[in-house]
Amino acid sequence: MHYLLTVIGDTDNPADDSAPGAIDAFNDRLKTEGRWVFGGGLTDPRDATVADSRGGEPVFTDGPFVESKEYLAGFWVVTADDLDVALALSADASRACHRKVEVRPFGGVA
Amino acid sequence: MADPVADPTAGLDEVLTRVHREEWARVVATLARRFGDLGVAEDAAAEAFATAVERWRADGVPPNPGAWLTTTAGNKALDRVRRESRRDAKQRQAHMLTDQLSGPPEPTGAVEDERLRLLFTCAHPALAVEARVALTLRMVGGLTVAEIAHAFLVQETTMAQRITRAKTKIKAAGIPWRVPAEEDLPARIDGVLTVLYLVFNEGYLASGADSDPVRAELTGEAIRLTRLVRELLPDDGEAAGLLALMLLIEARRTARVSADGALVPLDQQDRGAWDRALVAEGHALVRERLASGRPPGRYQVLAAINAVHTDAADARDTDWSQVAALYDQLARLDPSPVVALNRAIAVAELDGPQVALAQVDALAAPLDGYHAFHATRADLLRRLGRSPEAREAYDRALGLARNAAETAYLTRRRDELAGPQ
Repeated sequence: MHYLLTVIGDTDNPADDSAPGAIDAFNDRLKTEGRWVFGGGLTDPRDATVADSRGGEPVFTDGPFVESKEYLAGFWVVTADDLDVALALSADASRACHRKVEVRPFGGVA
Repeated sequence: MADPVADPTAGLDEVLTRVHREEWARVVATLARRFGDLGVAEDAAAEAFATAVERWRADGVPPNPGAWLTTTAGNKALDRVRRESRRDAKQRQAHMLTDQLSGPPEPTGAVEDERLRLLFTCAHPALAVEARVALTLRMVGGLTVAEIAHAFLVQETTMAQRITRAKTKIKAAGIPWRVPAEEDLPARIDGVLTVLYLVFNEGYLASGADSDPVRAELTGEAIRLTRLVRELLPDDGEAAGLLALMLLIEARRTARVSADGALVPLDQQDRGAWDRALVAEGHALVRERLASGRPPGRYQVLAAINAVHTDAADARDTDWSQVAALYDQLARLDPSPVVALNRAIAVAELDGPQVALAQVDALAAPLDGYHAFHATRADLLRRLGRSPEAREAYDRALGLARNAAETAYLTRRRDELAGPQ
């Protein structure tokens, strides 16, 4: 199965206080174990732009789609046999990036 | 009404109840593994039991009811999967399942393990605690959704949604169907035991002003399921400890509530009304754990404390220094203010209420919202003759208590205080 590991940022504490090299080491481990699909950190949510073409012509709006105290700071897409494996990875991911990490299964992968 | 002697199916209801109790979890667990879907397993098991009611009345009870139910439920599940496969044009999947089912039957040992897998899946840490409790009672305990809803004082539709949501998450999120890895096992067993202890406590300390003070169907169910866990994990000290703890509390159930519905505290209970068989079984488990020489966990220490209490023929014979020492041991495992509060109750017996009150007052910050903190303070203040303060503390406790028998007891105690109202 594929799982999305979402890094949850917090506007009260936006600084990256992960241990130096911890995220790189975790990434290397995912690649060695064959679990890596894709991953990366995102810039500030205020850098986001929202596109909306539902009305026909696209409309572009500055800012994130939802204003909240918590935001998407980065993510990994990993492969894991089951949720127990994904939960173990997310526990290590949280330790590496020193943030909360949400685990969500993909309903399908293109 | 039919004459029970002339009726050839007399006793069938008892047989069905017993078989349901003994076989439900096994049937659900076996099917869940075969079909990889807890919902399919649950529905097929329920259908098989419904069929048994009709067929066994007409044809008699088969020689091996468990095997009959598993086979019948397996056929029902296969029918359903085939039906859905045709509808979804996924015929290939059904053929695959047919091939699996025609394989050799499972050896008994492996089937036993299926129930353990079922327990671990239902108590999985990725599920909300209420969902774990509900799912365990439904899938392992075999209680109906209506019974579980009634036990937890929620609407049946709410409970049905909670269980459906949990089943959906198990499937969609890939919660695995297996006994956890060795290194995760202690934490995961603890998760299963926590669910069973929650069920027991909900029965024992039933909340709600209009609800029975003790709901024996929940305490009984919790004990039955803990016996199953103990049977499946005979070497686990905490499973034995939790079973002993429940038995020693359950033994005092009838003595704990008076005829007029008020709580009777331990020192005032009629010890002759305790269930001697349950006490003996609980004591035997505690002795077994002591003899193992392995360091005890939380439930084993709690069971030992209850063994000291139930060992005294009269409340005055209680070995309070042993109780205090066990609470010290518990505090090292679980340094919570609630443990410190219970330890202070033993201190009151050993060193007097004045010493205990000082220790209790030090817990005010973390326990201000806990009724037992105010009830303990009230009792110590009463024993020290400080009636106005005691009355105030009883009022605080009454404002927070949720159990009908506790409320009745606290009210009486408050009204017995000397001095102006």
